[in-house]
Amino acid sequence: MSQTIPTITPNGGVLPLDEIPRLPVQDFREFLIRRVRSGGRVVALFAAPYAVPNRIRDHAWGAAPHENDQARLFAVLADGKPPTLLVASSVVGGEYSSITPECPQVHMFEREIAEQFGITPLGHPWLKPVRFQPPCPGREGLSRHESGGKALPAASSFFSVEGEEVHEVAVGPVHAGIIEPGHFRFQCHGETVFHLEIALGFQHRGVERAVIGGPNNRTPLLMETLAGDTTIGHATAYAQAIEALCGCTPSPRARMIRAIALELERIANHVGDLGALANDIGFLPPAAYFGRLRGDFLNLTAALCGNRFGRGLVRPGGVRFDLEPDRVSSMLGAFRLAMEDVHQVGPLLWKSHLVTDRFNGTGVVSREQAVELGLVGLAARACGLERDVRREFASGFYADAQAPCHTWPTGDVFARAHVRWLEIEQSAQFIENHLQRLSDGATPVPLGALAPSSCAISLVEGWRGEICHVAITDTQSRLSRYKIVDPSFHNWTGLALALRGQQISDFPLCNKSFNLSYCGHDL
Amino acid sequence: MIRVLRTRLGQGRRTVAYPAEAPALPDRFVGRLAVDSARCLPGCRDCAEVCPTDAISPRSEEIQTRVDLGRCVFCAECIRACPEAAVTATRDHRMAARRREDLLVGDESLRLAEALDARLKKLLGRSLKLRQVSAGGCNACEADVNVLNTVVFDLGRFGIQFVASPRHADGLLITGPVTHNMDLALRKTYEAVPEPRIVIAVGACAISGGPYEGHPEVLNGATAVVPVDLYVPGCPPHPYTILDGLLRLIGRIDTPRR
Repeated sequence: MSQTIPTITPNGGVLPLDEIPRLPVQDFREFLIRRVRSGGRVVALFAAPYAVPNRIRDHAWGAAPHENDQARLFAVLADGKPPTLLVASSVVGGEYSSITPECPQVHMFEREIAEQFGITPLGHPWLKPVRFQPPCPGREGLSRHESGGKALPAASSFFSVEGEEVHEVAVGPVHAGIIEPGHFRFQCHGETVFHLEIALGFQHRGVERAVIGGPNNRTPLLMETLAGDTTIGHATAYAQAIEALCGCTPSPRARMIRAIALELERIANHVGDLGALANDIGFLPPAAYFGRLRGDFLNLTAALCGNRFGRGLVRPGGVRFDLEPDRVSSMLGAFRLAMEDVHQVGPLLWKSHLVTDRFNGTGVVSREQAVELGLVGLAARACGLERDVRREFASGFYADAQAPCHTWPTGDVFARAHVRWLEIEQSAQFIENHLQRLSDGATPVPLGALAPSSCAISLVEGWRGEICHVAITDTQSRLSRYKIVDPSFHNWTGLALALRGQQISDFPLCNKSFNLSYCGHDL
Repeated sequence: MIRVLRTRLGQGRRTVAYPAEAPALPDRFVGRLAVDSARCLPGCRDCAEVCPTDAISPRSEEIQTRVDLGRCVFCAECIRACPEAAVTATRDHRMAARRREDLLVGDESLRLAEALDARLKKLLGRSLKLRQVSAGGCNACEADVNVLNTVVFDLGRFGIQFVASPRHADGLLITGPVTHNMDLALRKTYEAVPEPRIVIAVGACAISGGPYEGHPEVLNGATAVVPVDLYVPGCPPHPYTILDGLLRLIGRIDTPRR
């Protein structure tokens, strides 16, 4: 390995592109493998267009590439104890030796790089498109070769198991419930699932491509709709990235309001998920009550900003709505009533034999698998891993507030349900503590110009887990690459593994216990 | 069992009296936009410049100021930007329409949805089964459609139900801008619904493409693939907006014919 030490950045930090080490690809590969073996975790791995130096031309996704143009791979790693963020890069041509065989957690990232930029990770064990999206112009991505040009995720090649009594079950993209589209291909022996392959991309709407050249009026909307149920999470990650590039810090009051909205979002989704889990085992009373209560928490977000999902609340520079004392007291009143009901309904779940019987031991992901796959957020904490951005890379208001990290060791449906319950309590405490003690500060602060040729890294612990946004600017201070990693991108493989050896009829329950985002994955 | 019963008593009755009683909406709720072109300053384009989805066209010599509720995401940036309060937000949640052009709001308010024709109303008015298809939706519209099934809205009391198969359905409720990758699946689902069938487009994405309008990865809404019978604006629409639209469609709320 060369002497170059990868650059360390804080969450919400900004680095000039020139200061990010450009390792030879072999060293880059070794760096990733070595760090992950010694306990590191890949937060993001992606490619960006890279024009040969000394050529005065803007290089961005969308600009026609020059024949000498290459791509630059960027890796963001969480490494050490307490963890720090490491950034390294490498300039590559059309191919390089795949990292996946020695570091499985990058398998989706490498498929994405191949799809978007046509760079082949040689020796990747399962190289197929992630989203069936059009490649970066001028480059030949993977999608074109799959399904004869008709890029439909469900029509691609699947890993299959052969044998006399083995059969295949295909589900989706259109499902029975009111949920988003995805395709699930099960290899079964009787009722038992040998293997599940998840094919997504149906929701691909070109967000990463569309923000190139921005930011503009529409950029915040695209960020808020990356995953509608994580509006606050993604909008905060975006705001933090832009604020880093502008060198501005929002007021303590704005950071506090963002944190309160983020915790409200977490409670609403966790409560809704507990209801949906109850529904999937046919236990209808808690399903009905939690289903209603989810709406009560969404209405609290609407009391804050007018929209149940928090649209329009978070913007770079601060928040668009303030909390006056009257509003605080009416919100607090409604919040306490809703939490009383949550506490009344909770024991229905936790003291029911039906729940114990169906949740315990179903859909187990082991701690080792979670580490190897690089699971994040709730799914990782349910495998006993202390992974939480609010604690590991505290930024915004969390930098001033010590957040506990709740875990459960069993890795099953019960663990994922129970960690939700613990986090509801934790978030409720947070809101109780802070809603009445808002700091001062004008909202929002004016933004300056974006720093040119820079890279900002922003992490937020959304309700599903770690949201990572990486914003890269060109020489004209426009966004030349914007990488979004929704927690679902890491965690879908966790769901696939949870199904191994399970009854196929347990799929809805396992799926709901992860409740991953299709649109957040598909971008 | 005792615990279940005790909780049941504790939780009480939670279903709203809608449509008999007006819904309680938060004070910051942005409902249907209202326009008064007479207040517009000549040549002023402040509203159009801040609009993220090109939903507003300012007054010119030929036309009045108009807001396209089918593109609007109700961010209220135009209202903040307007120096003369020519664009304002009402707190009216009702804005579903039967025709795309009815969503263009000028000095006259929009034309709310009328009921299905007599034949369809007789067939579907008391029992409407819908299949929901998300085609690139961000899960916000989907969530606020789903919420109609909770005890709060109790959609079933109006005879409306979401079913698991298009074969069991009378129509589709579509969300999302319709991505290229969902084009085929949406077509097949539509074809699987027995005739006569209806289509409801919920949210700015399904009506016009919304925030994704113009992206080469999407088809700018449901009309690119199927004929649409009801448009429900919003990003996402409030559950009451969706419910109001559904009830108007089946004739449970009367819209006077113009």
